[in-house]
Amino acid sequence: MRLLLGSLYTFIIAAGVGLGSTWFALTHGAGFGTLRVGPWIAQPKAGTADIDPYSRAVIARSGALPVSLGDGVAFRARVDDQGQLLDGRCEVTVSGTTPPARYFTLTLYDPDGRLVANSLNRHGFTSEELYRNQDGSFAIAIAPRVRAGNWLPTGGVDRYVLVLRFYDTSVGAATRAEREAPMPSVKRAGGCR
Amino acid sequence: MTRWLLWTLAGVILGGIVHLATILMLPRTASQDAYERLTPITPVNAMTPIPGPTPAKALLPFMDPAFAMAVCRYDLGHGPMKLTAPVSQAYTSVTFYTKLGVAYYGINDRAAGRRTIELYLMTTAQHDRMPEDEDVTAADRLIIESPGATGLIVLRALSTEPGLMPMAQAAVADARCLTQSQ
Repeated sequence: MRLLLGSLYTFIIAAGVGLGSTWFALTHGAGFGTLRVGPWIAQPKAGTADIDPYSRAVIARSGALPVSLGDGVAFRARVDDQGQLLDGRCEVTVSGTTPPARYFTLTLYDPDGRLVANSLNRHGFTSEELYRNQDGSFAIAIAPRVRAGNWLPTGGVDRYVLVLRFYDTSVGAATRAEREAPMPSVKRAGGCR
Repeated sequence: MTRWLLWTLAGVILGGIVHLATILMLPRTASQDAYERLTPITPVNAMTPIPGPTPAKALLPFMDPAFAMAVCRYDLGHGPMKLTAPVSQAYTSVTFYTKLGVAYYGINDRAAGRRTIELYLMTTAQHDRMPEDEDVTAADRLIIESPGATGLIVLRALSTEPGLMPMAQAAVADARCLTQSQ
């Protein structure tokens, strides 16, 4: 009786710990070789045959095709520089410079990876489309209402994700520090609607 | 007391095994991975243009809307495959994925050179069966070994501004993936 009760208890703990940690790893983006620069997160190795099992599971579950390292590197941000979740009812400015790359694109998605509907039908910018300052730096206003210059509409959604992809770039699996990959800042600007 | 502590410890260790097993098993059981999503609209061994993502409909999550895309869902069971793709104006890349979505090889137009990208895809066994002399003439041919018989070739062409999208789409529509007789 004691043995039965004990093993039942063990199995319940095993199921809780095992499935709980799997769920946590898949939803919180655990993975090896993660490159963090400010709020931006990239997993360059997820675009190679050396992909770790966690990234493999995340990709299989989502149905996305990762950017291969021979193509480029994708950085994701779901928070701003202060660590606050990106909110489509507020205004955020993405500004600064980017690591060397032939082209880059910035795209706004909802947390499930869908584009967000807006009146302008604009879902992102390519590096060629941006209005830039004389020194080559840029500022993109991500806001629910019209802004002058580079305006990326949020469509007023409550949560969104920014993906900054660099194509034909020197950023890769060997990149470790911010000095090698100077990423733009993501700052809350002004209030919320 | 000690007995329950031991039971708990056993549970945690078993939980760790459950965790590893589920993480490793998941890619094989996922029914909504990229390959499964693309299967209904892509014939085998033919390059098929994929409609770009819109807020209402996107075939795959997190597609880059600045790119025109075409997919060749390949099966090397009938022989190796030759991929030819014209290089578009801005930027073109080719990525090879296994059936489970692992990007095992990727190359861009600058690395591939010339005006068209020409690649040969074969399994390791097919590569080994290639005659020696052909291997010599093949020195300047780019040969890629697929880890399995099936997978995806994804061709992407960048449209640097929305007005150039038709050109990028035309470039990927001209790409071909053809089975070579052995």
